[in-house]
This record gives sequence, C-alpha cells and structure tokens, in this order.
Amino acid sequence: MQPYEVTLVVNGTARRVRVPARRLLSDCLRHDLGLTGTHVGCEHGVCGCCTVLLDGEPVRSCLTFAVTVDGREITTVEGLAGEDGMSPVQRAFAECHGLQCGFCTPGFLCTVTALLRDNPAPTDEEVLEGVSGNLCRCTGYQNIVKSVHRAAELIAEEG
Amino acid sequence: MKPPPFEYHAPRDLGEALDVLAGAGARGKVLAGGQSLIPIMNMRLASPEHLVDINRLHELDTVEETAGGVRVGALARHSRVERLRAHPLLGQALRLVAHPVIRNRGTVVGSLVHADPAAELPAVLAVLDGSVRLATAGGTRDVAARDFFTGPLESAVQAGELAVSAYFPNTRPRSGTAFREVARRHGDYALAGVCAVVTLDEDLRVERARVACIGVGAVPVVVDVPCERRPAATVGWDEAVRAVREATDPEGDIHASAAYRRHLVGVLAEQALKEAARAAV
Repeated sequence: MQPYEVTLVVNGTARRVRVPARRLLSDCLRHDLGLTGTHVGCEHGVCGCCTVLLDGEPVRSCLTFAVTVDGREITTVEGLAGEDGMSPVQRAFAECHGLQCGFCTPGFLCTVTALLRDNPAPTDEEVLEGVSGNLCRCTGYQNIVKSVHRAAELIAEEG
Repeated sequence: MKPPPFEYHAPRDLGEALDVLAGAGARGKVLAGGQSLIPIMNMRLASPEHLVDINRLHELDTVEETAGGVRVGALARHSRVERLRAHPLLGQALRLVAHPVIRNRGTVVGSLVHADPAAELPAVLAVLDGSVRLATAGGTRDVAARDFFTGPLESAVQAGELAVSAYFPNTRPRSGTAFREVARRHGDYALAGVCAVVTLDEDLRVERARVACIGVGAVPVVVDVPCERRPAATVGWDEAVRAVREATDPEGDIHASAAYRRHLVGVLAEQALKEAARAAV
C-alpha cells in the first residue's frame, strides 16, 4: 500500500503530491493541495458539492481517485476567476442571489461553467437537467436557474 | 466515508490488465468509471483487496457501429455513447441514468457488470438480446444477456475475467422503442421502469412486442407480451399489462410497497408499449 507520486495540473499549475491509492480527488485537492474551495457533502455522488472540471468536463471529485487522474487537468472553483476578477458565471450567481450559505456553490459554478460552454443559450428545461445533480438546501433553485440564464447573457455580451 | 485501503494496479494495456486480474483472482475488482463502485467503497460495503484501474486502457474506449448493432467498449462513458446517438433505445435509457455529471464518468459496460436490478442499461441489453464479451489471458467468451444477469448486483463475470465490451443489436426494421420509469427524485434509481420494443409487419400491424422491466425482480424481467395483429394505433394493451404484472415479482421497501410496484410496472408497460408502437409507424 505504498504512496503514489501523482501529478495533477490544477488550475493551470502542475502540482506533485504523494498520496495513498485510496485518496479521493476531493480530499487530495482539499488536504494535500490546500484548495478548500471544493466542498465535500455526501461522499457518495448525490449532492454535487465536490464537482470539479476534469479536462473541462464536470465530474464528482468524491467519486474519483487522485491516482486515476494522474497527469490530467483539473479546474476547481479557485480556477474559475480570471485576471480581471470573477467569471461571468460567478458574477451572475452574486447578482441574482443564486447562493445563500454557499456550501453547494462551488459545485454549481463548475457544473454551470461547463454547461454554458457546451450550450450557450439553454432553455429552462436544459438548465434544470444540467444542474439536476447538484443539491441546494437553502436558496432553492429559482434564483439558481435565473443565475444560469443571466450568466449566459453576460457571456454573450462579453464575447 | 473514506474507502478502505487496497492494492492499486494501473495497467497500461489489455494484456497487462488481464495478467493482473488473473493474479488477483477473487480478491480483485475492476475500476472503470467508479460511479457505483467508489460510493459502495466509501460506505465500506465493498473492500476489494486489489483494485485494477482500467482507465488507461484507451483501446477499450470504443463505440463501433456495425451492420447488426453497436459494440460498446469497456471504457466508453455514458455521456459519449449518448452523444453519438448510436442506438435509439440506448440513447433513451442513458438519459435516465443518474445525472449528466455522473454520466461523464460512468461507463456503459460498468453499469451492466454492476447489475443493479433497478438500473436501466441491463434492461436495454436484455430486451435487445444483447451480449457481454468477457476476456481472460486465455481468450474471450460472449455471454447472452439472459445468462449474464444472475441476481441482484451479480453477473456471470468470473474471478479474473474482464468485461471488455457489450453488444447491443439493432432493432428490426419498422420497430419503435421507448423507456418509461418513475423515480422518487430525478436521477434516482427508479421504483419501477419498463423499456419496450414494438415491431410492425409490412402492413404496419403489430407483429411482436417485448418489454424488459426494472426494479421489480432480482434481474431485468423480460416479457414477450401477447399482442393482437392489428394496426398499432388500435391495439389494446390490457392483456400485455396483465402478462407483465404476472411475470414480475417486486419486493416492498421503504420507498414503495410490492403492490404499488406491481401496479406501477403495468401502467409503465402500457405507456412504453404505446409510445414504442407510435414510434414504429
């Protein structure tokens, strides 16, 4: 059960870690790399809080071993903002009150970032399907859906 | 909620994977998408001694469309197979599998091997008379769907074998398909579900109709339902519904009673058969 040397390209920076094979990607990001923006809720794939982007695609970091994704690119919530500040998706969530306690927010932001990249003008139904794997226990989903549409507008305006 | 320790293997090609699996025997477990295995490891319901990670076996990340059907490799993820629209019923079923984010990692073959009696993909393989190809270092064998699912969460995969692909035959000409299910929450495993294939003859009368039901037995329950040879729109499915309810043996749990599941499976069978018949015209 020796530890493994794993290299992850996290938010554009190559990071080397030594982890046991059973280290979940979520714990690797939080404990080994100190990136606590990725939240851990249920640890069995239901709540969606731990969603990160793996080579651009949203995945559950609690259902992925760090050793499996050796050499791959990971984007966490910390990597969504650009040099000019928050990303359009982040600004839209702030503007439309798409969060309250914020626990689920990192997962929503990563999921929605990929959703709008693949589908820049989703319908209500497509938004609901897109975020159906993310649970929010306080804001409710009305403002989250509004935020997604607002983010789509911001992205369209800003090119 | 952390997985127990295990010996990790990350083979680079199929041959190496089969050697490792042969060495691990009954103490080995294959890791593909991990969307079912890792949760049950996190909950300590499974603690394999050796985990053989096949995520580097890109040779298994394949979807081949042939004249007779679609062969899906062991590393083809749900989302990719869904996007390729390679098979209508497979597409209808995949949209019901968990959530989009889970489908980015989960694999089609992994869902079959996991053999959850409430999962959609085993029913699709069963209703189509598909098969799963199992490999060892010594060779491969194809197991028909009817022999593949042997019990709840149990399949015909033996220790040391790797499921390398699954074959989903195309439906015959003038066939329509549908998948209906009811789940407590979007993306949950269904309380009950039915996928249907209806085939018409040259005069567009119903020739044969078949369903596979999930959540109402230890394995997908396949029923060749009785049907009148009449134009699809005028067929009454009452007898079919009775046959489905008789063939299924649901269990009750905290989510739904056995009686409710039996009622539900009949309602869903009627809906799925009607929709499949409409699609066949």
